[in-house]
Amino acid sequence: MNATRLVAGALQLALVVLGGPLLLGLMRRVRSRLEGRDGPRITQPWRDLVKLATKQRVRPTESSWIFGLAPLVVVATAGAVAVLAPLATLAPPLANSTDFVAVIFTLLVGSVVLALAALDTGTAFGGMGASRALTIGALVEPALLVAVLALSLPLHSTNLVAIVADGARHAPVLVGPSHLLALGSFVVVILAESGRLPVDNPSTHLELTMIFEALILEYSGPDLALVTLGESMRLVIWLGLFANLAAPWGVAASGAGGFALGAAVLVAKVAVLGVAVTVFEVTTAKLRLFRLPELLAGGFILAVFGVVTGAVMR
Amino acid sequence: MSGFANALASAAVVVTVAAVVALWRRRLRSILLALVVQGVGLGAVATLLAVHERDAGLVVVAALVLGVKAVLIPALLARVASASPDARESDPLVNVPASLVIAGLLTLVAFVAARPIVAIVGGPSGRLVPLGLATVLIGFFMMVARRRALSQIVGLLLVDNGVALTAFLVTSGVPVIVELGSSLDILFGVVVLRVLFARLSAIGVRDLDQLASLHD
Repeated sequence: MNATRLVAGALQLALVVLGGPLLLGLMRRVRSRLEGRDGPRITQPWRDLVKLATKQRVRPTESSWIFGLAPLVVVATAGAVAVLAPLATLAPPLANSTDFVAVIFTLLVGSVVLALAALDTGTAFGGMGASRALTIGALVEPALLVAVLALSLPLHSTNLVAIVADGARHAPVLVGPSHLLALGSFVVVILAESGRLPVDNPSTHLELTMIFEALILEYSGPDLALVTLGESMRLVIWLGLFANLAAPWGVAASGAGGFALGAAVLVAKVAVLGVAVTVFEVTTAKLRLFRLPELLAGGFILAVFGVVTGAVMR
Repeated sequence: MSGFANALASAAVVVTVAAVVALWRRRLRSILLALVVQGVGLGAVATLLAVHERDAGLVVVAALVLGVKAVLIPALLARVASASPDARESDPLVNVPASLVIAGLLTLVAFVAARPIVAIVGGPSGRLVPLGLATVLIGFFMMVARRRALSQIVGLLLVDNGVALTAFLVTSGVPVIVELGSSLDILFGVVVLRVLFARLSAIGVRDLDQLASLHD
């Protein structure tokens, strides 16, 4: 590992940290506009974070160290992935061992720890949210694993950097049915795992429907700021990974100029995907909780067909 | 892999995945849309084979497939569905997640069972034959596991489309006269089923299980 790679990784981290709340702001702004409202400025989530960070720290009296640790773990896992994953550059630190499965499951550690923290508070909403979040997590995981398998079939390798680099070199792989089906499955996974509609409504505190908001109901002040920051970073990473798997062009191979271009392309891709997700959210309704398994089973079966066709066509 | 093989595989996958989508969605309109997409995929398979084999007869077959399976039959069924626009498969015999897992298993069965055929046919189209068989099996399953008369008709059509896909892939396209025969057959079948369905609706039956016992 040399210094350039470390610098590239650090820059990626800075990009994801700065861009996460901005992406949330952009999505809220677009949503407001589509609903005929003017909406807050794009920088509003950052202002909220700064405001929260300066507030007093309040924690439930019965909670243990898990409650305080969870926000740090969410941010740390997202940050680690932001350094290691090929988002803006193809030369992140440890590029030779950036395992796809490891990257994704590092991201999922954040979800599990948040669910534990929600249980830790001992409140009804926390328990309900944790139960729902873990149910969804358990249904998402098989789809995700099989989709990763389908995406890594052409190369016989789960090295994420190699998969993205190979996609940029061999365009036919990208429009092959196996790749497209796996990406379709990935869309379902991203919507479920980042708590967007139709799985979870990120803008409601209605107790019967909330999932993610129920998890973080007891957080306030700096802790809430950390959780929100971590979640927005995760959203950027999910969308960035999807963008680089679907259209792996413009990811920098080397050099400062290349990295600047790669960063600009990443921002553009994530912004476009964020707007697309928002438009989809505006036009769709939340699914009933008991209908979620149907959606997630659909994602799973798409991934299965991705693997099957990938195996047939080689 | 050549462009032809890639395109053919994509079209064949569209046919099979459309069958899965028909099993996945509950709204009858969405199910019919899946049927249209499947017809288009089947037409694309025929067109690709026609271009590859430079066979004018196959062009006619492709047009016939598109006209009958992607336009005519779905349009006939859509008229039935439009009587109750929000109709959905409310209470299938096998719930949707389980159906999807079973569809996945049926696909694996098709791949194992089709091995000898793949070995005989060979080539880019031979390798795709299991997808045709998987579509047939998923269609049969849909006929068994769904209650709505319309879903069961769609299941029958999935079987027919699967058979057509298998025939195209095994023989690199079928003669016009054969395709004409089978297309007209299924078209008349759908017309008859549609009339029957309209009669059933007229006496208030939407769920075929209601016909299992006698009433006053």
